[in-house]
Amino acid sequence: MFNSDISIYLLPLKFFLLSCSMFLARARLCTLGSRPKFLKTICASKILGLSTSAKMSLKFKNAKRIEGLDSNVWIEFTKLAADPSVVNLGQGLPDISPPVYVKEELSKIAAIDSLNQYTRGFGHPSLVKALSCLYEKFYQNQINPNKEILVTVGAYGSLFNAIQGLIDEGDEVIVIVPFYDCYEPMVRMAGAIPVFIPLRSKLVDGKKWSSSDWTLDPQELASKFNSKTKAIILNTPHNPLGKVYTKEELQVIADLCIKYDTLCISDEVYEWLVYTGNKHFKIATFPGMWERTITIGSAGKTFSVTGWKLGWSIGPKHLIKHLQTVQQNTVYTCATPLQEALAQALWIDIKRMDDPECYFNSLPKELEVKRNRMVHLLESVGLKPIVPDGGYFIIADVSLLDTDLSDMKNSNEPYDYKFVKWMTKNKKLSAIPVSAFCNAETKLQFEKFVRFCFIKKDSTLDAAEEIIKAWSRQKF
Amino acid sequence: MALGGMFRNAAAIYLHLVGPFRGKKSGASLARCLHQTLVMTKQLQARRLNGIDHNPWVEFVKLASEADVVNLGQGFPDFAPPDFAVEAFQHAVSGDFMLNQYTKAFGYPPLTKILASFFGKLLGQDMDPLKNVLVTVGAYGALFTAFQALVDEGDEVIIIEPFFDCYEPMTLMAGGRPVFVSLKLSPNQDRELDSSSNWQLDPTELASKFTSRTKALILNTPNNPLGKVFSRAELELVASLCQQHDVVCITDEVYQWLVYDGCQHVSIATLPGMWERTLTIGSAGKTFSATGWKVGWVLGPESLLKHLRTVHQNSIFHCPTQAQAAVAQSFEREQLHFGQPSSYFVQLPQAIQRCRDHMIQSLKSVGLRPVIPQGSYFLITDISEFKSKMPNLPGAADEPYDRRFVKWMIKNKGLMAIPVSIFYSVPHQKLFDHYIRFCFMKDESTLQAMDKKLQKWKDDLRP
Repeated sequence: MFNSDISIYLLPLKFFLLSCSMFLARARLCTLGSRPKFLKTICASKILGLSTSAKMSLKFKNAKRIEGLDSNVWIEFTKLAADPSVVNLGQGLPDISPPVYVKEELSKIAAIDSLNQYTRGFGHPSLVKALSCLYEKFYQNQINPNKEILVTVGAYGSLFNAIQGLIDEGDEVIVIVPFYDCYEPMVRMAGAIPVFIPLRSKLVDGKKWSSSDWTLDPQELASKFNSKTKAIILNTPHNPLGKVYTKEELQVIADLCIKYDTLCISDEVYEWLVYTGNKHFKIATFPGMWERTITIGSAGKTFSVTGWKLGWSIGPKHLIKHLQTVQQNTVYTCATPLQEALAQALWIDIKRMDDPECYFNSLPKELEVKRNRMVHLLESVGLKPIVPDGGYFIIADVSLLDTDLSDMKNSNEPYDYKFVKWMTKNKKLSAIPVSAFCNAETKLQFEKFVRFCFIKKDSTLDAAEEIIKAWSRQKF
Repeated sequence: MALGGMFRNAAAIYLHLVGPFRGKKSGASLARCLHQTLVMTKQLQARRLNGIDHNPWVEFVKLASEADVVNLGQGFPDFAPPDFAVEAFQHAVSGDFMLNQYTKAFGYPPLTKILASFFGKLLGQDMDPLKNVLVTVGAYGALFTAFQALVDEGDEVIIIEPFFDCYEPMTLMAGGRPVFVSLKLSPNQDRELDSSSNWQLDPTELASKFTSRTKALILNTPNNPLGKVFSRAELELVASLCQQHDVVCITDEVYQWLVYDGCQHVSIATLPGMWERTLTIGSAGKTFSATGWKVGWVLGPESLLKHLRTVHQNSIFHCPTQAQAAVAQSFEREQLHFGQPSSYFVQLPQAIQRCRDHMIQSLKSVGLRPVIPQGSYFLITDISEFKSKMPNLPGAADEPYDRRFVKWMIKNKGLMAIPVSIFYSVPHQKLFDHYIRFCFMKDESTLQAMDKKLQKWKDDLRP
C-alpha cells in the first residue's frame, strides 16, 4: 500500500545512508564496544523530513532477530496437502485416535470446575510429579519436580525456552543435518551461529538400507567444537531419518561436550518409538552429562495428542531455572485441564510399564507393522527407502524413479521440493522434501530424499498403497 | 582447555557437593558428583535474561498457599466459567478425535473466523481471519510475540505506570529500553473515595517521553491494577502522539468486557489513523472466566501481524486445538446474544460490579481507602493510614512498605492482596508503596470469608 509513496524517497535516502555509513565507520572506531546505534538516530524521520508513509515503512520493520526467518516449510506444504483428495503422508500428525483412556481422562477433567483457572507456571503440580516419577526410572538420581522439570507449550516450546535461556548472541550451536527444521531459525533468532554437520551414509550393497547406516564422522564432529560452542542439539530417535543413536555414538558426543564444556539439548520426543533390535539411550544418563543436558519430551508424540501442545524439559536445576525464567516472561503457564489429563494418563501407564498394554509398549509395536508395510510399498515402486530404527517417519531416495518434473515451474527449488509438489498434484500423495530439514549448503546432499509419515490409520495406508501400486503399474 | 582452572574451581566448591548427595540413589559415583560442579565456567544463561529472572509473584503465591488466607491476590475467578463455555470445552474434548491433533499454526480456523467477524464489527474493520488475527497462548503469549516481533535492541517502549508487571521484563528481554510515565492521582476535593478516573496522565509529560527511538507504547485499558478505563479523550491524546512520532501501539484489552457504572470501553484501534499502527490483544481467559485455557489473540493490520507470525512459528508454532475450539464455540454463542440481556458480556459486568461494591464497603470498614475502579477485576486501596500508624513492619531493608504490609496482613489478618509497587518501575516503587491491590472477581462465599476476616480486624482495632 505504501510502496509507491516511498519509492520516490528511496534514491536520496540511499545516498544519505551511504554517506552516513562512511561517517560512522570512522566514528565507530572511536567508540569501541558500543553498538552502531548512530545510524538509526541520525536517520530519524524528523531530520530527513520523510513523509508519514515512508516513516511507517522504516518503523514497522520487524525486529532484527527474526530477519530472514519468515518462511516455513510446513505452512507451504500443509496448504498443498489440504486438498481432501490427497493422501497426506506429509506432516507428522497421527490420524489414528489417541488411546481411549487418554480421551476419557480429558473428558472427565473438562467437567471439573477448578481446572479452568491458572495453575502453577512451571508445570501443574500433579503433572510434574507424574513426570518425575516416570523419568526417575531412567535416570540415576531423583528428579525434583519443581526445580528439575519445566512444562512447556509442546516440545517446540521447550526447544525455544532452552535456546532463549541458554544461547547467547555470538554463541555457536552444533546442529546435525538433517535436522527438525525449527532448530536453525531458533538458533538464529537467539543471535547465535548454527554450525552444521551432516549424517553420512556408508555404502550399502545388497542389504537393506537402514537409518543406522547414517552416522557422524567422529573427527568431523570434533572439528566442529571450539571454545565458542555453547551447545549441541541432539535428536534421538531422529526426525526425519529415524536414526536411534547407539550408546557408542552418544559416548562420542558426550566426550566432546565434556571436553569443550558444552551443553547438550537432547530432543527425545520419539523416545518410546523404537523398533525391534534397538534401544533408546538418554545422553543425560551418561557420566558427566546430567549437569549439562536438557532432555526434551512431548505429550503429543507420547500419547498421539499433538494438539494438546504439552512438552517438558528435564535437567539440573542450574539449567532449568533459566528455562523457567524464559517461561515466566513468555507464556507464564500452560493450559490447566490438558496438564491434569496428561498427568492422569501418565499415571495409568506408569503403573504398567512392563505390560504390553502400556501405550509406551503397544504403540511402537503397532507402528513397527506400519513401518514394515511402508518399506515394502516404497520398494515396490522403485523408491529406495531407509528403514528407520525409530520415530514415525521413513525417508526414501526418489531419484531412481527419474520422474519427469519439467512441468514443475520454479527450477530454483531443490529436486525433492519439485518432486513432492509433482507427486501431490499428479499422484494425490503428499510427503515432505527432506531438504527442508537441511541448511542452504547441505540441501543438495539430501535433495533426492522425501519423507513419509506412517503414524496413519490402515485406511490411509491402504489409500497410499492403491496410489503406489497404480503408479508402479504405469511405470512397467 | 584450562584444566588447571577447572580443578581449582572443583577444590573451591567441593563443599557444595554435600547438598547434592541428598536425594541421590545409592551408587552415584563421586566422579559424577565432581563433574556436577565443573560445568560451564563460562556464563550459563543468555544475557537477554539479565535482570528479568526475579518474579515477585512466586513469593506471594507461595505465602498464600502456606497460611489460612482468603486469597484476594492473584487475578483469577474462583467461580466457574459460564455453562455454555464449559459445554463448549466438553464438546471439544469428546467430539471429533482429530481435535487432539495439531490445527493451523496461526489459529484454529473456526476461531480465527469468529474472531475476525466478531471483532471486525467492534473495531469497524473488514478483518481477514488469516491476515488480521493470530491466536496465542493467552494474552501473555500475545504480548511476548508482539515485543519480540517489533522491539529491537535499543528501541524505547513507553510503559504507563502502574503497569501489568510483565511489560517491563518483556521489553528488556527484547533488548528494549522501558520509558515510564506515571498515572497520577488528582484527588477528589471532598472526602469521597477516589475513582480510577482521577488517575490521569499529564499530557506534557507524556509527550516528553516520545523520542526518535520510541518504537512502541503499551496501553492497558481497562488497566490492571488500577481499574482505570481510558476515556476517548485520553485515547485521542495517546493516538495523536503515536501518529506524530510513528509509534506502534500495543493495546492490552483483556478486561474489555469488565466495565462498570455505564463506563464505555474504547479500543484505540478504532480511532482515526490507528488501525494501521495498533495491535489489539485479547484473552479468552478473562472473557469467559476460564484463565486456565490459556487462549489469547492479537488483532491488527497484516503489515504488523506478519512479523508476529514469524515469531510465533519460531517459538511455539501451534496453540492447543481443543481449547481454541471451545473458545470459538463460546464466541459463536455470544455473537448470537450480543447486546442482549442474555449475553455473558452484559451479565458478567453486572454481577461483578456487585462484587466490587461489596468489597469497597467492606474494606472501608477497617480504614482502608479503596479507589473505585471503572473496570477490570481489581481495585487498589490506599494504606497510608496504616503506614503512618505502623511504619516499621518486618521486612528486608529497602523493601517497599506495601510488600511488608501485605506479608503482615497475610500472616496476621488472613487476607491476601498484592502490593502495588510490583506494578511500578524500581525508581518509582518508593513513591507508590502505599497501595495494595485486591481482586474482586470472586464468589460470594469468598467475599463473605473476606468479611469475616475484616470483621475480626475491625474488632482488633477497637481500643
